[in-house]
Amino acid sequence: MTLPPSLIVRELSKTFTLHIQGTTLPVLRDIDLTIAPGEAVVLSGPSGAGKSSFMRCVYANYRPQTGSVLVRHDGQLVDMLTAEPREVLEVRRRTMGFVSQFLRVIPRVPTIDVVAEPVRAVGVGREKARERAGELLARLRIPERLWNLPPATFSGGEQQRVNIARGFAHPCPVLLLDEPTASLDARNRDTVVDMIREVREAGTAILGIFHDEAVREDVATRTFEMTPVETSRAA
Amino acid sequence: MSGMDARELPLLRVREVARYHGANLGCRNVSFDLWPGEVIAVVGESGSGKTTLLNCLSAQLEPTAGTVRYNSRTDGLQDIYRMSEASRRMLMRTDWGFVHQDARQGLRMRVSAGANVGERLMALGARHYGDIRGEATDWLGKVEIDVGRIDDMPRTFSGGMLQRLQIARNLVTKPRLIFMDEPTGGLDVSVQARLLDLLRELIADFGLSAIIVTHDLAVARMLSHRMLVMHRGEVVETGLTDQVLDDPHHAYTQLLVSSVLQP
Repeated sequence: MTLPPSLIVRELSKTFTLHIQGTTLPVLRDIDLTIAPGEAVVLSGPSGAGKSSFMRCVYANYRPQTGSVLVRHDGQLVDMLTAEPREVLEVRRRTMGFVSQFLRVIPRVPTIDVVAEPVRAVGVGREKARERAGELLARLRIPERLWNLPPATFSGGEQQRVNIARGFAHPCPVLLLDEPTASLDARNRDTVVDMIREVREAGTAILGIFHDEAVREDVATRTFEMTPVETSRAA
Repeated sequence: MSGMDARELPLLRVREVARYHGANLGCRNVSFDLWPGEVIAVVGESGSGKTTLLNCLSAQLEPTAGTVRYNSRTDGLQDIYRMSEASRRMLMRTDWGFVHQDARQGLRMRVSAGANVGERLMALGARHYGDIRGEATDWLGKVEIDVGRIDDMPRTFSGGMLQRLQIARNLVTKPRLIFMDEPTGGLDVSVQARLLDLLRELIADFGLSAIIVTHDLAVARMLSHRMLVMHRGEVVETGLTDQVLDDPHHAYTQLLVSSVLQP
C-alpha cells in the first residue's frame, strides 16, 4: 500500500540578505524532499549545511525565496510558503508540529498548562487537555510537584522535556524535530526515542535532526544528506 | 482554502489608508485585513506613524485617504467614517475597546473602580444596580484586583492595577475588537509580565481580535499572530510574528531586531 506523501518539498532555495553587514548568505539551494506517512527522514551533514534552516523553512518560520513546501492538511496539499498567514497557523496548530531544543517560556504559566496549550488550541477542554499533559509529563519523569510551577526556573534538561511533552501533546501528522534529545540523560533519551517511534509507527511523517548517532539509528527510516551551499558550488 | 470559508469576511478591512498632518506624513499606503480571533502587532520606533495609524483605525482620526471598514454584527462591512455618529459611538462603546498606554486617559479618575467597570454596561442599557455591581466584581476578579477595592478611587491604585482596571472596563461589554497603544509601556518588568500573561489569556478565552501598537518586540512575540513593521509612515514588512522576528527581510526590520538585548 502506498500512501500519498504527507510532505513534499520542491526546489527550495534560501538566501539570507544581511543589510547591516551588506552581504548575502546562500544557505539552501534547490532542495527536493518527499516524506510519506510513517517515514522518519533524518537530516545529516556537517554543521553549516543548513539543516536547521531547512527545517525552519519547512515550518514557514523562515521565508525562502523560491520553491514550495506542500503539506497534506485535511486531505489537501497546502503550500506553507504561499498560504495566507492564518492558514499557516492552522496547519501548525493541527497538522505540523515542531519541537526545537529550547522551550520558549511564557512567564507565570504553570508547566501543566504550557503542555496542555496545544491540545486546548485544537478545541479540547481544559480538564481533558490537562489530563493528556499530565500523562506526557509523567512519562517524561517531570515530578508531579513541579506541574503547577512555571518552567522558567527548571533545569535545562527539565525544560527540554517539558518542551517535548508540549510538542507531542497534540498528535500532528507531520512532526519536525530539531535535536529534541540534545541534553537528556540516557533514560529520558530512550523514552523520547520510544515516543518518536510510536508516532512514526502510527503514521506520522517525521523530519528530524539528531546529532546522537544511536538516536539517529533508532529513529530514522532514511537519511537525507545535506552539504553547505558554498562547498557544493566549489565542487 | 481547506478548512476555511473563503466567503468569510474579515473583522476589519483596511485599504490604502493615509493620514497627513498638514504637509507632514503620519502614515500612508496601509492595507491589511484583520480576521476574527487574530492579534496584529504594529511595531516601529517613535515617530514611525504607528500611533497615527491606530487612531485612524479606531475611529479617532479620519484618514486623509483610504478606507477602514468594520464588519458590524448587523450590516456587514461598513466604512467607519461613513456611518452615522450614533452608530459609531455605539460601536466604540460596545463592540470595540481601547486600552491607552496611560490608564488615566482610559479611566474616569473621579469615580470608583466598580463604577469605572460598570459604566460601559450602563451605556448598553443595564440599569439593575445589583447586576452591574455583580458583573464589576466578577471582572475585578478576572483582572486580579482585590474585590475589596471595588469602592476605592482609581487614584489610590498602582500603575499595574490601573492598567488592569482599564482592561476590565474595556472587556466588560465583551467587545470583538480591542485596540491597544503600548499597553505595557511605563510598567515595571514584573508588572509587565503579569499584565502580558493576563492579556494573553483574556484574548484567547474570549476569542478577541486585537491591534496592538508596541515598540517592544517581546510583547509582540508573546501576544500577536502577525506583525506590521512601520518605518517613516509606511509598512515596510509584514508576516507571521515569528517570521518577521526570526527571518527579517527589510533593512529596517533587521536593524530593529538586532538592536534588542537578548536577556
